[in-house]
Amino acid sequence: MTLAIDIQHRLGRFQLDAKFETGGGLVALFGRSGSGKTSIVNIIAGLIRPEHGRVVNDDVVLVDTARGIFVPRHRRRIGYVFQEGRLFPHLTVRQNLLYGRFFAPDTDRREGFDPVVDLLGIGALLDRRPGRLSGGEKQRVAIGRALLAGPRLLLMDEPLASLDEARKAEIFPYIERLRDQSRVPIVYVSHALTEVARLASTVVLIAEGKVAAVGATADVMHRLDLFALTNRAEAGAIIEATVERHDWAFGLTELRSRAGLWRLPRLDLALGTRLRLTVRARDVMLAKSAPADLSALNIVPGVVTDMAGTGGNKGAIVEIKLDCNGDVLIARLTRYSVERLGLTPGQQIHALVKSVALDRRGLSGSMQGAAGADAEANET
Amino acid sequence: MDWMALSPEEWTAVRLSLKVATVATLVGLPFGIGVALALARGRFWGQSLLNGLVLLPLILPPVVTGYILLIVFGQRGPVGSWLANYFGIVFSFRWTGAALACGIMGFPLMVRAIRLAIESVDARLEEAAGTLGANRAWVFATVTLPLIIPGILTGMILCFAKAMGEFGATITFVSNIPGETQTLPSAIYTFTQVPGGDQNALRLTLVSVAISMLALLASEVMARSTHRRLDIE
Repeated sequence: MTLAIDIQHRLGRFQLDAKFETGGGLVALFGRSGSGKTSIVNIIAGLIRPEHGRVVNDDVVLVDTARGIFVPRHRRRIGYVFQEGRLFPHLTVRQNLLYGRFFAPDTDRREGFDPVVDLLGIGALLDRRPGRLSGGEKQRVAIGRALLAGPRLLLMDEPLASLDEARKAEIFPYIERLRDQSRVPIVYVSHALTEVARLASTVVLIAEGKVAAVGATADVMHRLDLFALTNRAEAGAIIEATVERHDWAFGLTELRSRAGLWRLPRLDLALGTRLRLTVRARDVMLAKSAPADLSALNIVPGVVTDMAGTGGNKGAIVEIKLDCNGDVLIARLTRYSVERLGLTPGQQIHALVKSVALDRRGLSGSMQGAAGADAEANET
Repeated sequence: MDWMALSPEEWTAVRLSLKVATVATLVGLPFGIGVALALARGRFWGQSLLNGLVLLPLILPPVVTGYILLIVFGQRGPVGSWLANYFGIVFSFRWTGAALACGIMGFPLMVRAIRLAIESVDARLEEAAGTLGANRAWVFATVTLPLIIPGILTGMILCFAKAMGEFGATITFVSNIPGETQTLPSAIYTFTQVPGGDQNALRLTLVSVAISMLALLASEVMARSTHRRLDIE
């Protein structure tokens, strides 16, 4: 699947001028609120007619203003999960789920009713009306409804934004299963770094109506020059890791990545589970020699590859990018510390991360279980 | 209770009134929904003109409305003669004319209720239905229509009640012919004009009050059941 977009559109004083092309998997449209992400998906879905440009999904031209093509929304076969669910209040959950299926041609009915209901865990809700569902349940039904219409592309516009942390945690695993098990490519709109880091295979970074960067999630997240656009406070490195061992005595889980071994508070995951670990730049310390007698459990060696300061030579903060045997780590230090250690690119260095800083919020995989929920409750 | 028994003439008037009001409401309904849709969702030139035209019978003296109907839909009137020649539909001095007059007078109430209902439907639900593959007609039939049914029922009952009570336009347009155009209000009026007709007038007045109350009760019950169905607390 490829989605190619090249659009110019004016919304009041806001000018949207976006051009990008993506492959399959889960593509995140990532950017601050008001950056134009929702307008872009509305154009893809056919809810907004752009002034100029083209939208092509999988060789099907949906919009081409130069040739006067504008496929109406009901013929696009694009599923849309809205931020507020938008379930039909006069229909039961079952009727909501089957609504789009009624209009789908036989060839597009790829997803079976029962598998989707199982995937989303909504079997017990089928005879209820949306008025009686919780926020998380509504969003799961909305995802199922869009999926059962047999879409060639699934748009999700901040599907978690209206939910509290507990409900978000409830839905994450379903979206991950959807991404991994369904063949439908997904465009996922979000302003939350943790969601994008956890879910996306490709990131399209949107800033002020324009595309600031496109690329694999880790590549975009690791670009120091984009930190100002992503989310400086939460920004960090994404590391692919595997569950290697559980230390029941101390309640720790050990993860293995190319950089080395990571210890963090216990995760209820099977050995061998692959997951993404987000290590925030502000949680990383650097040491020139391997430190001893230290409480931090995670110490990995690496090489400085890049340094970028905020505000040129006057700013107080410098971001340091490390190559740790193929994994990227990013550390945020004061310029004073950088000068004191005399850090320069190419230098051998040790990165230190406290275990408790590696919470499950930055992890992907099927997180369930009381231990994780407690850790999160304490954190937020 | 003998004094409550209706005479055959009175029965005729009651039956005629029910028939006229029912026909006026049912025939007016599709037009009412169409006009309400156009006013609520349409964006076209002359929208305020249409709105004014629909509301006009509410403001004009009923006699004026009746007289305009007489000019336009009468036997010699431009529309009346055309309908008579090509479709065989005659309004003047027929019960159909009474239904037309009552329908025209009740139409603004019906349109207003339905329009308010349409405007309160979340257009984002209709967008969602569109992304699920429903074209505009299907969106209307499966989303908009079910959600505005309470408004439609309210509009129908208001129109029916107005039609039951319509007097001025009807008597001006189609006169007061017993058995043909003498509806309940006309009959009451006639009885008050003849000596000894007080009791007849009172009986018909009670019937009129009873029918109106029943209509209001029915609308209340229907509104409540649809709310329960939609889980709107």
